[in-house]
Amino acid sequence: MAPHGCSYSALLLIICSVSVFIVTDSQDTTLSGGHHAAAVEDNPQAATEAAEKTSEQPAVEERRWEATEVEEATLHEAAADKQDTPAPETEAPSPVPQPKDDFQEELVIRPLHSGDIYASFQFRTLWETDFMSGNKVSHYRLFPKSLGQVISKFSVRELHISFTQGYWRTMQWGQPFQPAPPGAELWVWFQDSVTDVDGTWKELTNVLSGIFCASLNFIDSTNTVQPSASFKPLGIGNVTDHRFLRYATLPREIVCTENLTPWKKLLPCGSKAGLTVLLKSEKLFHSSFHSQAVHIRPVCQDWQCKTTSWELRQTLNVVFDLHTSGQGKREWSLFKMFSRTLTEACPLASSSKIYIDITDDPQGELFELSPATPLLSQAMVLGDRRTFSVYDLTQPVTFGTVRSLNPLIRWKSSEGDMLRPLLHAERYVAGYGLQTGEIHTLMYNNHPYRSFPVLLLDTVPWYLRLYIHTLTVTSKGKDNKPSYIHYQPSKDRLRPHLLEMLVQLPPNSVTEVTVQFERALLKWTEYTPDPNHGFYVGSSVISSLVPSIVAMDTNITMDRPLFSSFFPCKEESSFFVRVYTEPLLVNLPTPDFSMPYNVICLTCTVVAVGYGSLYNLLTRSFQIEEPSPGLAKRLANIIRRMRGVPPL
Amino acid sequence: MATTEVERRRGQLASLSIAAVVIIVGVPLWWRTTETYRAWLPVSQINELANLQLQLSADVEVVFARGTVTPEQQKKVPLTKTQDEEHTVDEDTALRYRYETKYRTANIMEEDALNQTSAADADLSLHTLSESLCGSLVVYVIPESSSLLPEDVDVYIGQRRTALLRNGAQMRVGRTIEQLLAHLEPRIRQVLKVMSFSHTDITAALSGRVRLSPGNKESIADSMRAFKSSPGYEITFSLLNPDPKSHRLHWDIEGAVQTYIQPLLTKLAPVANFSIDSQTLYYAMLGVNPRFDSSRNAYTLNSDSLAHVINPVEARLGSNAASSNPVLNFLLYAPDAQHSPLYIQDRQKQKVPSNAFHSPRWGGIMVYNVNSFYGPEAVFPVDIDIDMAKVMGVFLAQLRLLLGVQSTTTPPGFLVAPCSSTGLADWELDRLMWSRSVENVATAATTITSLAQLLDQIGNIVINDNIAEQVSSAVASLQLAVAELEAGNLGFALQYSKEAILASERAFFDPSLLHLLYFPDDQKFAIYIPLFLPMCVPILLSLLKIISDARQRRKERQAKKD
Repeated sequence: MAPHGCSYSALLLIICSVSVFIVTDSQDTTLSGGHHAAAVEDNPQAATEAAEKTSEQPAVEERRWEATEVEEATLHEAAADKQDTPAPETEAPSPVPQPKDDFQEELVIRPLHSGDIYASFQFRTLWETDFMSGNKVSHYRLFPKSLGQVISKFSVRELHISFTQGYWRTMQWGQPFQPAPPGAELWVWFQDSVTDVDGTWKELTNVLSGIFCASLNFIDSTNTVQPSASFKPLGIGNVTDHRFLRYATLPREIVCTENLTPWKKLLPCGSKAGLTVLLKSEKLFHSSFHSQAVHIRPVCQDWQCKTTSWELRQTLNVVFDLHTSGQGKREWSLFKMFSRTLTEACPLASSSKIYIDITDDPQGELFELSPATPLLSQAMVLGDRRTFSVYDLTQPVTFGTVRSLNPLIRWKSSEGDMLRPLLHAERYVAGYGLQTGEIHTLMYNNHPYRSFPVLLLDTVPWYLRLYIHTLTVTSKGKDNKPSYIHYQPSKDRLRPHLLEMLVQLPPNSVTEVTVQFERALLKWTEYTPDPNHGFYVGSSVISSLVPSIVAMDTNITMDRPLFSSFFPCKEESSFFVRVYTEPLLVNLPTPDFSMPYNVICLTCTVVAVGYGSLYNLLTRSFQIEEPSPGLAKRLANIIRRMRGVPPL
Repeated sequence: MATTEVERRRGQLASLSIAAVVIIVGVPLWWRTTETYRAWLPVSQINELANLQLQLSADVEVVFARGTVTPEQQKKVPLTKTQDEEHTVDEDTALRYRYETKYRTANIMEEDALNQTSAADADLSLHTLSESLCGSLVVYVIPESSSLLPEDVDVYIGQRRTALLRNGAQMRVGRTIEQLLAHLEPRIRQVLKVMSFSHTDITAALSGRVRLSPGNKESIADSMRAFKSSPGYEITFSLLNPDPKSHRLHWDIEGAVQTYIQPLLTKLAPVANFSIDSQTLYYAMLGVNPRFDSSRNAYTLNSDSLAHVINPVEARLGSNAASSNPVLNFLLYAPDAQHSPLYIQDRQKQKVPSNAFHSPRWGGIMVYNVNSFYGPEAVFPVDIDIDMAKVMGVFLAQLRLLLGVQSTTTPPGFLVAPCSSTGLADWELDRLMWSRSVENVATAATTITSLAQLLDQIGNIVINDNIAEQVSSAVASLQLAVAELEAGNLGFALQYSKEAILASERAFFDPSLLHLLYFPDDQKFAIYIPLFLPMCVPILLSLLKIISDARQRRKERQAKKD
């Protein structure tokens, strides 16, 4: 089986098949016939082993080499014989072809009010190709081959996958650029040509689990749902039939180095040049929050959307807690965060920039940034106008005289307060005992005067049996009737509960959604190896169009920073936000796992006892026994025996 | 007295009947409900397959052109002749080659075709006259005086399934037809060895089943180089650019694949399915540092160090996400500006002219130096167009080797036609199909027999119905493939052998075979001891009592008789 495992003598060989294609055109003088033969090293792996047998080898090789020359001579003749054969593509004037793919990289750094640092990497590969019409795409340049093959084999229209370690604290950190739930999340829109969506989904998750070294193969029908409204395609395409959508989360998934390495391998520059040199796992995983994601979708090239291209967006978000490790000083630099500095941009990238959010401190009173950069940029992000200092890595002047870039922020004072995020949510389990419980989901609308609708998506595993009649939605003490409810009950061991609701959140309010559930008893093989740890219930997803304070940009073709262009913005007055709640950890009644053996033993004993009495009844022979004489008579008899008189 | 006797008899009968119920109903019921499910397998047919008797039949047509036989001889020409050749490879494998030779004289159109000026033209027009079947051959015997062949050439092997054989000079008209045929026979056999299966090819194909004697190293090397037979192959071309800062490489891989690779693969379509991919990998380094050779003013890679080149690159190549077929990798490495030019050295310290090497059953690497495309004053990055004709020439040659299309060493006096634009002659394809069919049959037979052995040895493996179905279909396809090989229908034989190998692999690697593998019998008995012990003890005791009673009574009766 092992291709290199064989240990036979290494030989040198020249193959020469008389192959017509190599024949030179009479006009083309650069081609020479000598190229047609490939010198061949047989099994380099075995070379060392073979070295032991050198005594006989040279002879063989020599003979081989002689054979080479002879064959080459015949080849020349053959080539000469066939001069008339048209040689393909010899006169290529070859103007440099315009590459149809484009790569951009970007790093956004935002100091958070809690004293943490938020760093968000975005890598975008755009490729003008067509995965959708039947023809096979097989030649890759910047786009990674493994993902391209996945798209074309499984007819994927959109693929979003994220791996997250830690929970994003919205109240302390504000909204992230790319929200993601703890654990792994995967949602895929298939093309409408797919007939067996479930089978394709199963295969796709298995292949993706191989590509990303993750346990995505644990995705099956018991944790897959088809949300009807919460997850709309983010790219172009008007397919909104949710039969072609699959959504699954694995809240238990642990993200670590083995997921980062394959993720980095998808980038054209690997981890060798550009912003990717900062991605060293020993620092990245020493953080409060780590989230990496891959998003693939078709996007428009221009305003009219005449040509489409495929966008691969790889994002990595990380929050560093520098305050505690910084010995009380509030300052950070690239080197402190990543233990690397930047020296060059990725040569394949058409744009390579670092954005540092200085909105909170336009006058430089709060902190100072060095080296200072003259470039400033404004962008609408998450309903807010933010100001950024920009370092353009494609310009050599950025790196200065020391040929390395290491931006540094030093705080002067720790004042300043944060705008409260307009929407946030939390969730917990209430109740006691192991029979029933109640899930509470709280949604906060912090807007002072506007109410807005939100879509709540809840997926609950089948082993928590939801009592949907106990579902209540209350805001400000009053019943708040959802305008749309989509509920799909679970089937044991087949599919989870799916609950989707459209709820209007009144201004400056808390809306509470509660639903009661009963815990089911699992079969003994269905428990995890650590059943007393509890069972995870994935995060609720809250998607909403939140009213914006400033006018949003709706022009999709304008050159915008990548971090502000992920969610398409359809209208100026609102922006799209997705909020994930905490995953829940629920204890289920856990049996004693030696129970099956005990049950068998106990049953066998009961059966044996019953059988024994039945057997006795059937086989014993019964005899009428003389009634025993009374006590007086027995005493009298004893006395009589002592006296030697016959008994009564 | 009578009542107690009746009562005793009743008790005895009751315990006997309970024992009977337990033994007749209880034990089989328990056995049936706790046993592992094992579907029926065609064991006897599998055992037959363990002893592989293959017969390969090739149809050969020998056509005598005008001037090779006299009219009297023509009348005596036998219609058909069958020759068998038996080989015993090892105790379980035997081969028999059967050549069914038909003799006839050329018809008018064939005579016309043979009167053409060159052998290649004759070959082409003979091909248009009749479509020969896959695996069959036509040998035209042409007179010694014919001008079709050059002076020193006796045999011309065409691009299709025809060969031209020049009648020997000593075979003047007047000899008997028997002598003529006896003279022709060894030469026809030589032609067959080249154009159809040869014993070395077939034994090489059986290498997965039979341990070859270590005498013939070369043939082992040949047989180990090619990929194992598989229903499909993935071909991946990778352009490695370790220095994108200085070199901007462009390759027209799409066009090159269409022009050079696709015709060959179209031709090979009956053997396997192929899919082609290409990718560009940046910052991909080789695993060894090339040494600077000041005499040549170039960097060199020694053949010893080639073994270490592939490993770091392979980590980035990525496996094929979309299928599990074997991958053939072809890498084009353009050395970075600091290490250019780079040459591969053989063991004699000579430059390898093609600057390429290959690794058996893995793929090939070619080093493509780009430093000559720009001068010392060039501004980096420079745009470089890769000459695909040069690259594809090497890759195609390597591809032929890795797929097992071997260039045979021809005996002296043979002239092999240069192959057509497809890069593969029909008879070369036939040769490949012969050895692939035999290899598939041998592999599938080995898989099925070892599966049967395994299932036989480990009693508590569950055999599901679908596994039994796969095994049966594999066995059926195998039998069909063997039968088709015997009948000489090469195309069908290959088709059935592919089905056999697919079905056998699916059965062998079915995950359901692993269930309950670790649930041994002694545990099963231990669990049911609390049931068995209290049930069996009273039954056994009462049975013992009945037996001792009966013995007692017989003794009493005997005593009474005495």
